[in-house]
Amino acid sequence: MRALLLLLLLLVAATVQAVEPRERLADPALEARARALSKELRCLVCQNESIDESNADLAHDIRVLLRERIKAGDSDDEVRRFLVSRYGDFVLLKPPFEPATYALWFGPPLVLAVAGLAIALRLRRARTEPDAPPLSDTERQRLARLLEEEG
Amino acid sequence: MRRALYLLPVLLVAALFVFFRMALRADYDPHAVPSPLIDQPMPAFDLAGTDKRLSGDTLKGEVALVNFFASWCVPCRVEHPLLMRLAEEQHVPIYGIALKDKPQDTERYVAQMGNPYRRIGLDENGHVGIDFGITGVPETFVIDKSGHIRRHYGAPLTAEELRNDLEPLLRELARS
Repeated sequence: MRALLLLLLLLVAATVQAVEPRERLADPALEARARALSKELRCLVCQNESIDESNADLAHDIRVLLRERIKAGDSDDEVRRFLVSRYGDFVLLKPPFEPATYALWFGPPLVLAVAGLAIALRLRRARTEPDAPPLSDTERQRLARLLEEEG
Repeated sequence: MRRALYLLPVLLVAALFVFFRMALRADYDPHAVPSPLIDQPMPAFDLAGTDKRLSGDTLKGEVALVNFFASWCVPCRVEHPLLMRLAEEQHVPIYGIALKDKPQDTERYVAQMGNPYRRIGLDENGHVGIDFGITGVPETFVIDKSGHIRRHYGAPLTAEELRNDLEPLLRELARS
């Protein structure tokens, strides 16, 4: 029973957000946009949390600022650009697709392709390797002798 | 050919070690985020000050430092003697921006510790801080004569940085 309660509390705890009630916008549509946007923005203080999850002061300030801008009529892209121009691409949790990040985006598929190719080549060579040449007469006699000894 | 292939893992591990060694350099900080504002015009601001207002125009035509600090910030107290020294020796104007600080606390801070700043702007809601892309205090920007940001220090200045990086840069900027 106690374990169950603990489990329940843990589950609840996992969904708790750092967003405070007084930060929220009155308009549910705008608030939903703000929430979605703040989930993809990095908190620069904790670096591995989004500003949606972070309790850092700076994350709070940026959440408020982001909502101010959305209320003022900025599009999602404009808000993103506003922050990127100040904090750089690092503020985006998902790195943008551009020449500087090609290695990041193409690297893993490339490694996978090279490895796949190597394995495929190897398998093909194993399959096409010619059968061993037939046994010579002396070998056959030796084999017969060995088998007899065994029997 | 076959024999050469056996060397491959050794080479890969060697390359990895070179990479590790590079990452262990004393001056390499994996958490440092390069500011996109380098070589960009300084963000515009106009703040009430402890004495006179501080705005972008205040810095016009001179090489200057903009130092974000706060009375509640412990690392700022560590950095403070260096700023005092810099203000006395280098004759470079340092402009302070007090981040999220009450004016009376800022005033008490400089009264107690000494005041290296030519002027102090009060950024009580932290918006100017966000415009400069700072993630904490203290952070310091070097502004050139044309009002462009030339350097950003995202942590308390150290005596080493002052000697090896900031002072040569200030001399270079003063000449241009």
